[in-house]
Amino acid sequence: MSTSTIEEKQYLTRFKADTKSHLTILDHEICQKSCPEKLCTIFCPAEVYKWEGTRMQVGYEGCHECGSCRIGCPQQNIKWEYPKGGHGIVFRLA
Amino acid sequence: MSEKFDVIVVGAGPAGTACAYLCAKSGLKVLQIERGEYPGSKNVMGGVLYRKQTEEIIPEFWKDAPLERPIVEQRFWMMDKESTVTFGYKGLEWAQEPYNNFTVLRAPFDRWFAQKGVEQGVLLINETVVTECIVENNKVVGVKTDRPDGEILADVVVLADGVNSLLAQQLGFRKELKPDEVALSVMEVINLPKEKINDRFNLEDNQGCTIEIFGDSTKGNLGTAFLYTNKDSLNIGVGTTLSSMMKAKLKPYDLLDYLKNHPMVAPLLAGGDSAEYLAHLIPEGGFHSVPKVAGNGVVVVGDAAQLVNAIHREGSNMAMASGKMAAEAIIKAKEREDFSEASLNKYREALYESFIMKDLEKYKDAAHTFEHHPQYFNEYVPMMNQAMNKFFTVDGTSKREKQKQIVKGFTGEKGTLTVIKDLYRAWKAVK
Repeated sequence: MSTSTIEEKQYLTRFKADTKSHLTILDHEICQKSCPEKLCTIFCPAEVYKWEGTRMQVGYEGCHECGSCRIGCPQQNIKWEYPKGGHGIVFRLA
Repeated sequence: MSEKFDVIVVGAGPAGTACAYLCAKSGLKVLQIERGEYPGSKNVMGGVLYRKQTEEIIPEFWKDAPLERPIVEQRFWMMDKESTVTFGYKGLEWAQEPYNNFTVLRAPFDRWFAQKGVEQGVLLINETVVTECIVENNKVVGVKTDRPDGEILADVVVLADGVNSLLAQQLGFRKELKPDEVALSVMEVINLPKEKINDRFNLEDNQGCTIEIFGDSTKGNLGTAFLYTNKDSLNIGVGTTLSSMMKAKLKPYDLLDYLKNHPMVAPLLAGGDSAEYLAHLIPEGGFHSVPKVAGNGVVVVGDAAQLVNAIHREGSNMAMASGKMAAEAIIKAKEREDFSEASLNKYREALYESFIMKDLEKYKDAAHTFEHHPQYFNEYVPMMNQAMNKFFTVDGTSKREKQKQIVKGFTGEKGTLTVIKDLYRAWKAVK
């Protein structure tokens, strides 16, 4: 079967999640007060960012480590590091 | 670790491994550090590996490397909602040695390539993140890693840490990337039996095809889609500049599904099983985005140096070639025991004299032009489709009348002057 949702897509990919997030929202108030569009919740290719009414939920465990959120956050409000060595996404094919 | 190396290479993609391999081959003591579980586990590419620049590292690599198919046909689609204008080239000379390029899957390929380096004496350490370069007296003298006591020294550090190159940024070699300097691309590997691939793409075993798709593949945004044939799978992907993605409020995976379900594409994928989903950034800023590539005790190669020709979807070849040029400069620097910026600038000079910077220079205004004038993707592609439709539909209208209508179709809405201006601008950007 070919996938049709992001959940199905993410299910195909292997992750070896660290216990600690490599993505940090620097100031949650900025997301709430200064960022009406919350574009990270749209362009992140793994739907890592989800707005939960008052707070940005960061599902770092499914991150592809592409870097888009760091570059695209209009408020420069995301601290972006690599996961600890050997952790994070593990591509098996391409 | 108090041991000192001649060279530390950060990253085990094509650029880093090319450099590590050649340095080790010439007798230098090389440490290569990869943050993933194995080389390739963090690396993504649509899938075209170029013969020329790979063979310059490992002659006749195709006899040994895990490749998918030699590419014999390159197709281009200008796609509208229910039609496409196609153009391409198929040549059987590409089906035989020395070949032109190949489709590859990066995880197996990068692993194989790094192993070749190990065979030359490279010490490869996986699962280790280089967190910063150690700088003393304005000179890079080693790296810090995320391992305990993880400081390691070297005469030269090679930054092959990919598009995000946090290390090049830390050193001040470039500023933070901007959303219009990178393309956000997502792809899926879709398993499909070999016979089906051969039938659907008109191929024999050991022949491959690439299709680059413009227009409705990105819903008219600045970007492209691709469909490449592996042995028994297809790579299908789509990307636009991150800035276009943001402006159009596109979800990349929705765009990918739109492409997969497009009536021009869906029949080629029918019955396939998705095997992996991958997202990655491609450095597409071109000539103006290339950072400082050599400093005291340090060089920058491959995607970390933003060496991608987006117009021709070339990147892996530039990675390999830049890794090779860096290795040659390092080997010379070692002979002189001079690892200063002036000495390592031999790499910079070689890079700027090579096809890499010449090609990037040729297209230096292309990204900017197409970013600010999206009409090429969202207006001209549909117009081309309408023109072809009109010309090839037999309805009793004379050919001369059809030509007239087609020209009117182009100039009617926009005005002749606008069309001429658009054409001139596009020609200038790619000439």
